[in-house]
Amino acid sequence: MPKIQTNGLGLWYGGFHALKNVNAGFEANKITAIIGPSGCGKSTLLRVFNRMNDLIEGVRIEGDVLIDGSNIFDMRTDLVTLREKVGMVFQRPNPFPLSIYENIVFGVRVHNGRVKRDKLDEAVEQSLKSVLLWDELKDRLDKPALRLSLEQKQRLCIARLIAVRPDVLLMDEPCSTLDPQATARIEELMRELKASYTIIIVTHNMQQAARVSDDTGFMLLGELIEFGRTEAIFTAPRDKRTEDYITGRYG
Amino acid sequence: MRNPHRTQKIAFFLLLLATLLIVVPVGLIVVIIIQKGLPGISWQFLSDIPRQGMRAGGIFPAIVGTVYLVTGAIVFALPIGLLAAIYLSEYSKDNFLTRLIKLAIVNLAGVPSVVYGLFGLALFVVFFKLGASILAGSLTLGIMILPIIITSSREALESVPYTFREVSLSLGASKWQTIRHIVLPNAIPGVLTGTILGLGRAAGETAPILFTVAAFYLPFLPKSVFDQAMALPYHLYVISTQVPNVDEKIRYGTAFVLLALVLFMNLVAIIIRYQFRKKKKW
Repeated sequence: MPKIQTNGLGLWYGGFHALKNVNAGFEANKITAIIGPSGCGKSTLLRVFNRMNDLIEGVRIEGDVLIDGSNIFDMRTDLVTLREKVGMVFQRPNPFPLSIYENIVFGVRVHNGRVKRDKLDEAVEQSLKSVLLWDELKDRLDKPALRLSLEQKQRLCIARLIAVRPDVLLMDEPCSTLDPQATARIEELMRELKASYTIIIVTHNMQQAARVSDDTGFMLLGELIEFGRTEAIFTAPRDKRTEDYITGRYG
Repeated sequence: MRNPHRTQKIAFFLLLLATLLIVVPVGLIVVIIIQKGLPGISWQFLSDIPRQGMRAGGIFPAIVGTVYLVTGAIVFALPIGLLAAIYLSEYSKDNFLTRLIKLAIVNLAGVPSVVYGLFGLALFVVFFKLGASILAGSLTLGIMILPIIITSSREALESVPYTFREVSLSLGASKWQTIRHIVLPNAIPGVLTGTILGLGRAAGETAPILFTVAAFYLPFLPKSVFDQAMALPYHLYVISTQVPNVDEKIRYGTAFVLLALVLFMNLVAIIIRYQFRKKKKW
C-alpha cells in the first residue's frame, strides 16, 4: 500500500478549479517528483498533504487523501498530529530569526512541551548530522541562523523539520534559490534521507526530477496527466502532452 | 525640456527646507526650555514640596504623581491594546464587526483629550465611584492612549513576514503557539514604539486628568491609587495661569522636568527596543 494515496482529489480556490480528479499513490522510502509548468497545481497538490491550504479562505476540497490508510480530511484528524507526521520544506530557505539551536528545537518544544536540555541537545545533534551540517556548525549553535549561507539555511530548515520526526517530507522547489553545486549536494542529501522518509518534491527543473526521483508525476492545468516510474516518464511517456513538456515544448 | 540637474537641485532644496522647518521649532523649544528652565533646577526643586502658594519650594509631588499616572496608564493600556491588536491582526476576519472595531479605534484616536476627561469623570469618578483618584486618572489616560498602542502593535504584528507563520504552522505548531513564540517576539520592537508614543502622550496631557485626578495643591504624596495626586502638566498650567507672580524659573523649571521625564522614559523604551532589534534581524 502506498504511504499516501489520493482518490478523486479535487480542489477549488473560490471558483478556480486548481486540482482535477488527482489519483496517485506515493510510495514510502521513495522520492516522488511532481513536475509541470507554473500554475499547474503542483504546489497546491503538495500543500494538500499537510493541509496548508486550510490557511487560505475559500478553498474547497473533494475526494480523499489517505496517509497510512486514514483520510486526512476526516473530522477526527488532528492538524497538529498530521503536520508532525507530514513536514514541509519551502522554496525559500526560511529559518526563524533565532539561533541555529533554537531553530531546531522549536518543533521539538512545540510537540513535547518542556523538554530537558540534554534531550534537546541530542535532537539538535542528530538532526544536524542527518543534514550533514553538524561538523560545520557544532561550535556556533548559538549564532543567528540568518547569517548562514543559503544552502546552509535550507539544510537547517530540513534539520528543523527532521527534529520533529516526520514520516513524510514535502519539498516545494527546495533548490530553486541555490546554485548548481549546492543543488547537487541537497539532492545527494535527499537520496540519503529517502531511506527513512517518504519524499515528495515539486520542481520546475526536469533534470532534477530525472536525477533524484523514483516516481514522477506530470501535471498540467490541475490535472495529473501521467504518473509512473521516472525512467518510464522520461524515456517513454505515454501521453503526448508529457512528451511535449519534457522535450521542452512548454515554457 | 527643462534642465534635469536644475529641477533636481530645486527638489532637493525644497525637501531639505521642509525637513529643517520641522527640526527648527523642536530645537527652539528644547533650547528655550533648557535656557530658562535649567537655572531653576536644583536638588531642592526636585525633592521638595511646593511652598508659599507654589511660588517657592519644589515640585516633587507632581513628579511622583505623573510617574504614577503614566505607569498606571501603560499598565492598563498595553495588555489590553496588545491583545486587541493580536485579535485584529491574527484572528479577525474581514467582516462588518471587524470594520466597525477598526473604525472605532480610528475615531477613538481623533477624540479631543478634554472629552476623555469628561468621559473619565462620568464613568470612573462618578459612575464607578472611584472619586478623583490616581486609578480614575490612569484609566482615563489609558483609554486615551489605547488607539495609539493598538494601531502600532497591529502594524508591528502585520509586518512579521507571513512565511514565519507558515513555517511554524507547517511544523505542527498551533495558531496560538505560532503567535506566542514566533510572531509576538518579532513584533515587540514595534509594540514598544507604540508604547513610547503613548507614554509621551499620557505624560503630557492636562485635560484628561483635570477632572479625574489632578489636585490643585497637595503638599504630600498619595498613599494609594484611590488618592488624588498632583501632576506635572496640570501643575504647570496652574502656576502659569492660576497663581500670580510665580517666578519664571519655577515655571520653566517645571516644563524642563516634564520634558526630561518624558525623554527619559522614551530613552528607556528605546534602549529596550534596541536590544530586541539587535537580536532579531531578517
